[in-house]
Amino acid sequence: MTGNLLLALTLAPLLAAIGCLAVRRARLAEAINLLAGVVSLAAALPLPFLAGAKPELFLDDYVILDRAAAWVILCTAIVYFLASTYAVGYMRLLKEEERLPRFYALFAAFGFTTLVGPLMNSVGIYWIAIELTTLVSTFLVAFEREAESMEAAWKYIMVVSAGISLALLGTVLFYWAGTFVLGPSYQMTWGVLAAAAPRMNPVVLTLAFLLVLIGYGTKVGLAPMHSWLPDAHSESPAPVSAMLSGALLNTAMVGIVRFLGVTGAAGLGPLPQLALVVFGVLSLAIGALFIVRQQGIKRLMAYSSIEHMGVVALGFGFGGPLGVAGALYHMLNHSLNKSLMFFGAGTVMRAYGTKEIRQIDGVLRRFPAQGALWLAGAVAITGAPPFGLFLSEFTIMRAGMTPSFSWAVYAMAVLLIVIFIGFINHFRAMYYRPTAEEVVEESRASAWCAVPMALAFVPLLVFGLWWPAGMWDYLTSVTQSLSLGVP
Amino acid sequence: MIQTPTPLASSLFSLLTIASLLVAVVMLGSHWLKNYLYAFAAESWVIAALSAAVGFYGHYPELYLIAALTLLFRGLVLPYLIWRIIRRLAVDREIHVILQPGMSMVVGALFVMFAFAVAVRVAGEFHLELTVAVLALTVMLSMKLIGFLMLAVRHEAISQILGLLVLENGIFLGTQILVPGMPLLIELVILFDLLVIVACFGVLVRYLVTHAGTTSSLQLKRLVG
Repeated sequence: MTGNLLLALTLAPLLAAIGCLAVRRARLAEAINLLAGVVSLAAALPLPFLAGAKPELFLDDYVILDRAAAWVILCTAIVYFLASTYAVGYMRLLKEEERLPRFYALFAAFGFTTLVGPLMNSVGIYWIAIELTTLVSTFLVAFEREAESMEAAWKYIMVVSAGISLALLGTVLFYWAGTFVLGPSYQMTWGVLAAAAPRMNPVVLTLAFLLVLIGYGTKVGLAPMHSWLPDAHSESPAPVSAMLSGALLNTAMVGIVRFLGVTGAAGLGPLPQLALVVFGVLSLAIGALFIVRQQGIKRLMAYSSIEHMGVVALGFGFGGPLGVAGALYHMLNHSLNKSLMFFGAGTVMRAYGTKEIRQIDGVLRRFPAQGALWLAGAVAITGAPPFGLFLSEFTIMRAGMTPSFSWAVYAMAVLLIVIFIGFINHFRAMYYRPTAEEVVEESRASAWCAVPMALAFVPLLVFGLWWPAGMWDYLTSVTQSLSLGVP
Repeated sequence: MIQTPTPLASSLFSLLTIASLLVAVVMLGSHWLKNYLYAFAAESWVIAALSAAVGFYGHYPELYLIAALTLLFRGLVLPYLIWRIIRRLAVDREIHVILQPGMSMVVGALFVMFAFAVAVRVAGEFHLELTVAVLALTVMLSMKLIGFLMLAVRHEAISQILGLLVLENGIFLGTQILVPGMPLLIELVILFDLLVIVACFGVLVRYLVTHAGTTSSLQLKRLVG
């Protein structure tokens, strides 16, 4: 049952990628990609219910489905579905009909790589999956073929490839440390590594973990390795931005978390978690600084992604059931909310023909329904109640209230307030700035663009008001399965 | 790590690792793109020879396959692909040099010393200070640092691609000596992956020329803040 679902989940986007290339018709490619999105989501929804406390292995142990993977895949599948729906409406605005089949082929392939990543049980193959996500998405970032998007794509592939080569070095060092315990040749899976970790050399493990953290941290967009992120997120088409932010960053975070679990099993002491906390606080600080002074609407969202990945890193860094559950929950919230934000930004950007916040005003008059959703999303993403992000951020803060990490919680609280003020102030300007001309015609945006925003918004509100007990148990159980206990 | 290699084997490994490090330093000492390319190809050949030597002395027959594929992909196909990109561009050397070749070699030497200090410390954890492991770690780390130095101070797209490949070569060289028993599948996929990366770079460089009008990262400064 689970095996078949995984097959459907991964084969759907893969076949869609091939199909889009084969049909060469824009409308058909749209439909194929959307169908793949629906199938993946339908296959991903039951996974968290099926994933038991013990990880299930498939294909000679090359594929793993544990509770963490099931959860991240659910987030990814949701974003892939929403972005595929939104893309139908948005990509038609670009007037690039003849290149659309290629866009959808790449888009489906990107969906495939991000869905496959968390399932990889072999540490080396996980690295390759992450590398593949970069290669595919580079061409999505470059899709608009303008000087800016070329620059963004070039920076993206250079910075990220250089970064994750450090992760490869770290992986090799992990393997090397393992050879002294397990003999010269062994299958390096997460389970094998965690089981052997207590007998591995702590100094080499620490070095390897730091390399891996910096390497995959580049891909996650943790400051100061974040420099590619604002460019790539702001220059790619809006559905791609949503995928980069809501799906890709989580997929890379899984690797860091699994390695953190290995170091936890090894009993390396507080250093790995402290490193993650420091990167988290730095990301929040960078996010806050650039959000306050931001001028581009999509760059604003991109820096907000850095901020939220910082929050997730803090959650895993604090550790314990509260921290891990909060961080996983925050991943879902961020995926939903950031999709909503990028969709809104894309629509507004197209309608006003600019990316500059200064030149956008009276959004609510022009887009009554979508504008209201976007504004509510902005309130949600700054962590205000009654939305999901408030709950998850609050849980993470509670997790950090230990003698060793309370400084990070205070820093986080201050920075979140700064971000709240900065972010909402930009929205105030776009919505309520007095404008000279009062006659604004109401723009008609297609339902393809409006519906995914509403779909993303509903769970944000529902789970902000009601956190089911089953979900709480599920998320806390990940703590044990990845050995991410209290330091 | 090969258990107790013969003195001959150890010295052969040492010779080959040092040769590849030397070639990496040669890359720092030039500003002609063609020279980078030749140096990279030579480095790949040395690494292929090293794979074969480790396979022979350590009795890992699958490393012969790796050696052959390294020679084919890293030694011939990748340089050919990059040569095609260079031929299409109007640029044949670094024009705006941030760090003069001599100066970057000095910095490279400092990096090698730092890498050696780290390598001795790490190998000491396993009581391997007097073995070829120290050398392998040193070269692995210093090629990493040299690659990053090239990425930082060179601006032509080609130099940056080659800088990335030097990063990868360093890791690949280290794995041959430290973990020759690493599963074959992973090494194969990584080799293949490199090919895809370079193909992607090729396409991207072409886009850069037509849409951004430059291949120098100094000119890429539209996106800030």
